[in-house]
Amino acid sequence: MNAPQTPPKLKVATCSLAGCFGCHMSFLDIDERLLTLLELVEFDRSPITDIKHCGPCDIGIIEGGVCNAENVHVLREFRANCRILIALGACAINGGLPAQRNHLDLRNILEAIYATDTGLASGTQVPNDPELPLTLNQVHPIHEVVKIDYFIPGCPPSGDAIWKFLTDLVAGQTPHLGHGLIHYD
Amino acid sequence: MMSATFTIDGQEVPFTPGQSVMQAALSAGVFIPHLCYHPEFRPHGSCKLCTVKVNGRPATSCTLPAAAGMDVESNTPEILDKRRALLQMLLVEGNHFCPSCEKSGNCKLQALGYELEVFTPHFNQFYPDRPVDASHPDVLLDFNRCILCELCIRASAEVDGKNVFALSGRGITKHLIVNAESGKLADTNFALTDKAAQVCPVGVILEKRVGFAVPIGQRHYDAAPFSAHVAEFKPTPESQGERS
Amino acid sequence: MNDTDAIRDVLSRHGNDGTRLMQILRETQEVLGWLSPATLTAIAAGVNWPRAKVEGTAGFYSFFHTEPRGKYRVLWSDNITDRMLGNMDLMQAMCQKLWLEPGHLSEDGLVSVDTTSCTGMCDQGPAVLVNYRAIPRMTLQRVEQMAELIRKEAPMADWPADWFAIEDNIRRADILLGCTMLPGDAMKVSLARGSAPAVETASNERSFREAVHSSDAGPGATLDEIKKSGLRGRGGAGFTTGLKWEACRNAPAQTRYVICNADEGEPGTFKDRVLLTRQPDLVFEGMTVAAYVTGASKGYVYLRGEYRYLLEPLNSVLAGRRKAGLLGKNILGRAGFDFDIEVHLGAGAYICGEESALIESLEGKRGVPRNRPPFPVTHGFLDQPTVVNNVETFAAAAMIAGRGGDWYRSFGTAKSAGTKILSISGDCERPGIYEYPFGVSVRQVLEECGAKNTQAVQISGPSGICISPKEFGRCIAFEDIPTAGAFMVFDQSRDIFEVVRNFVHFFAHESCGFCTPCRVGTSLLKNLMDKIAAGHGTHYDLKEIQQLNSVLQISAHCGLGHTACNPLVHTLERFRPAYERRLKSLDFEPAFDLDAALSHSRQMTGRDDAGAHLSNELETAAEKA
Ligand SMILES: Cc1cc2nc3c(=O)[nH]c(=O)nc-3n(C[C@H](O)[C@H](O)[C@H](O)COP(=O)(O)O)c2cc1C
Ligand code: SF4
Ligand code: SF4
Ligand code: SF4
Ligand code: FES
Ligand code: FES
Repeated sequence: MNAPQTPPKLKVATCSLAGCFGCHMSFLDIDERLLTLLELVEFDRSPITDIKHCGPCDIGIIEGGVCNAENVHVLREFRANCRILIALGACAINGGLPAQRNHLDLRNILEAIYATDTGLASGTQVPNDPELPLTLNQVHPIHEVVKIDYFIPGCPPSGDAIWKFLTDLVAGQTPHLGHGLIHYD
Repeated sequence: MMSATFTIDGQEVPFTPGQSVMQAALSAGVFIPHLCYHPEFRPHGSCKLCTVKVNGRPATSCTLPAAAGMDVESNTPEILDKRRALLQMLLVEGNHFCPSCEKSGNCKLQALGYELEVFTPHFNQFYPDRPVDASHPDVLLDFNRCILCELCIRASAEVDGKNVFALSGRGITKHLIVNAESGKLADTNFALTDKAAQVCPVGVILEKRVGFAVPIGQRHYDAAPFSAHVAEFKPTPESQGERS
Repeated sequence: MNDTDAIRDVLSRHGNDGTRLMQILRETQEVLGWLSPATLTAIAAGVNWPRAKVEGTAGFYSFFHTEPRGKYRVLWSDNITDRMLGNMDLMQAMCQKLWLEPGHLSEDGLVSVDTTSCTGMCDQGPAVLVNYRAIPRMTLQRVEQMAELIRKEAPMADWPADWFAIEDNIRRADILLGCTMLPGDAMKVSLARGSAPAVETASNERSFREAVHSSDAGPGATLDEIKKSGLRGRGGAGFTTGLKWEACRNAPAQTRYVICNADEGEPGTFKDRVLLTRQPDLVFEGMTVAAYVTGASKGYVYLRGEYRYLLEPLNSVLAGRRKAGLLGKNILGRAGFDFDIEVHLGAGAYICGEESALIESLEGKRGVPRNRPPFPVTHGFLDQPTVVNNVETFAAAAMIAGRGGDWYRSFGTAKSAGTKILSISGDCERPGIYEYPFGVSVRQVLEECGAKNTQAVQISGPSGICISPKEFGRCIAFEDIPTAGAFMVFDQSRDIFEVVRNFVHFFAHESCGFCTPCRVGTSLLKNLMDKIAAGHGTHYDLKEIQQLNSVLQISAHCGLGHTACNPLVHTLERFRPAYERRLKSLDFEPAFDLDAALSHSRQMTGRDDAGAHLSNELETAAEKA
């Protein structure tokens, strides 16, 4: 008789776009269960590792919304490489706090920051270095840019919610968050 | 006296003549999701969260008079799906950033989102530009979260006798206005003690200087979900009378 | 006259009656140009309503302006048929001539140019409304002359009179349009028919009305003829007219009302306009018959604001009828039979064609459909029993009252008695008005109007049905293709997708906003269609459309929401390639134009390098990575 086969580990990548890293902190909050999780998954690109680009993955987890061209590129790289893409947290899901700027005209914001702010040296202008990513007119949730398969709401989602969601998913079940685990704040 | 009954998802529910399906259901402890229904006011029928099927045909349960023998479907996958879509429509129509909303934890829209496991607004955000009105000394109006349920309008007209609120515009540009040529709440006779200050199901009409006073964990919907509060929504004797 | 006097004048003309707010607002605006905050305050005080409620009504209707709109307001009818006749180019040309952007007031505050929903001139487009006066058949030459006149600030009274001429274009008349009954004929027959003594001898209005309800003969005999005729409503829903009248007649009441629905807002429909032009007496006669049968004492014609030019002619017909003893007190000498009719104008809101929204509007409120039950026949205008019928229904009822139900039944099919007036527009040689007995095939109609290479026909407007050539054998009848009258023809050169997109925009613009699914859903649909039009659509978006359709079907409050997806559903079934042609092969595309979303940053930094752009296509991004 053969020994029971351990299933191959799922490859997971994470990243933060226009977010506050709060969701990643919360992810780490799953504490010692992270070790249990590590038996099931291995991390590709993630602030937890030091890999710069996302390779082919089973699950990609995105924190934060899309506020500039760089975010768009990273998000697309994830979508192109991840079988399942998860939006983690309020900012990824509806733009969150960064999107509170959406009712303002970006040109006025840039003008206020770089041209009219009294603290700046005279002649300061909006940086135009091609190395810098340009800012989008509005902040958008990530599902408006690529197809997203799952959403874990919360600002940030609790460690318990993330744990429940991922373990459901890894176990091949449709994830559910009952009362107390699902929250938008 | 034998009272007449109908069924909701197979469960028998008694009713008294003149009651709506919603009133009968809530009286019997059966929860039907709702936002514009309020036990103290005549039904409005606009949010459509209470949509059910009666004998196979769609109906609005808060405005539909109950009748004997009705076969009401409520918690079916099909209907739950539509209710989720309606919640998502309300979420993208306004600007709902719960983390910075004083109503969070006490908000019916949010609580229904939890109840129905709405993980995402799904549709594309409208991100409307709706400036807040901070003119009144005691109350802030944050129109970004208005779901146009007209409860404040009804309360101000019917209970306070003041008509402080009304709607203007139409379609997606429909919006709440106040009864002043300046358009500012401070220029109306609105008071914090008005009924209209108490009824908003979401975070639009907010008392100043008391925000975030209740710690997370002790807010209205922290301990138990929306549906568990069914006793609060039981119709009052007054609201069971004439409906129009 | 200063503003205050002008407002006071209008108010007193309407007895400071808030339920007449629509007319008060319109007449005030006709004098003052717009409804300023101070004007609204004054009107609210005058009618003793909360100011916010008055502002709410003013803000609901497209034709009321709570912001200055200039001395001249030009509105281009934007039905698909106007588009097919080149209205967009003409509007652009006009804007250029006047140095302004569509939708904005010119810098000197003189003029604004914008679009409006179908104005009912589809057989003589492209059409405009200038200060709510209809001008059809616009050409580049007219645009230039008009711009000239506007810049010179020439009063509209001095504009060429022939610009304002509206054609009837009656191409085929049958019993209704060819009716030769004289004013009063139908009423005389009705009064003579099986009169009951109590009605005959009633000495005052009150006893007359009581007699009406206690007798099966008299008015009951005419009701029987209406029932026997099998007449069904011509406004779209096809409810049996006799039953409606009977329900109203039997409902307890202080007063009863008869309302003629002349809102005719369904794009592509213009037959009520022609009926009111050519057979106004027949329509008023039908209303009077309805009053006789139900015991109503007051009638209203709710005339769409787009037909403002008909107000004076209709009022003079009414005056003539009063003089002839056909309206007013003791009609045709019958003691106690008192009934009069008044024309009220709408102000640019399609939803006010829905009968309960119409009644709200007639009461001075926002045009929002009521919760039902109760229905208007028991709780209508001012909460009293009210009959609401379409213009054509009343005209047919007058003929039935005059000639009898059996006579009427002899036209049409077994299930659809009588004739139907079609408003034909689009790709055909002879657009205009065609009256056919029910049962006529779509093919025959197409042949007779001179349609060639027809790709599709939209019957009964955007809320109706779109059919393909395979179905041209089908018939116009309640049992096959029911219609309120619109018949828009599209030949092979037309892009069905653009037709549908125009309709979807229409519904989003006209949603009253009362219920969540329609208020938000119609705008979501509009955005989806614009996304597909811009070349960013995917199969995912088509699925989303179906999804939204099912939400609207199940949860919308009224017919507008229920039918808002019809154009999409019908054409996705029949003309799917019109959509697929525009789709990307990918199954997902961003919801917005990514590259355009960097526009402000590019402008502010002056950058235009490769990194300052985003492609909307995922593949290129993936390759780059
Ligand atoms: C959105 C909507 C718009 C309508 N527009 C009209 C209209 O312009 N004219 C009309 O006669 N009926 C219209 N109707 C139908 C009316 O509600 C009502 O059924 C009709 O006026 C009854 O008259 P009838 O029985 O003679 O057809 C509309 C209905 C809906 C839902
Ligand atoms: S109103 Fe409710 S849903 Fe909206 S932001 Fe506040 S808590 Fe969230
Ligand atoms: S302010 Fe609140 S109560 Fe009033 S309409 Fe908006 S959501 Fe309803
Ligand atoms: S379906 Fe549309 S038009 Fe009808 S009530 Fe709802 S929002 Fe208004
Ligand atoms: S980044 Fe996690 S909620 Fe904003
Ligand atoms: S609760 Fe019934 S429609 Fe809002």
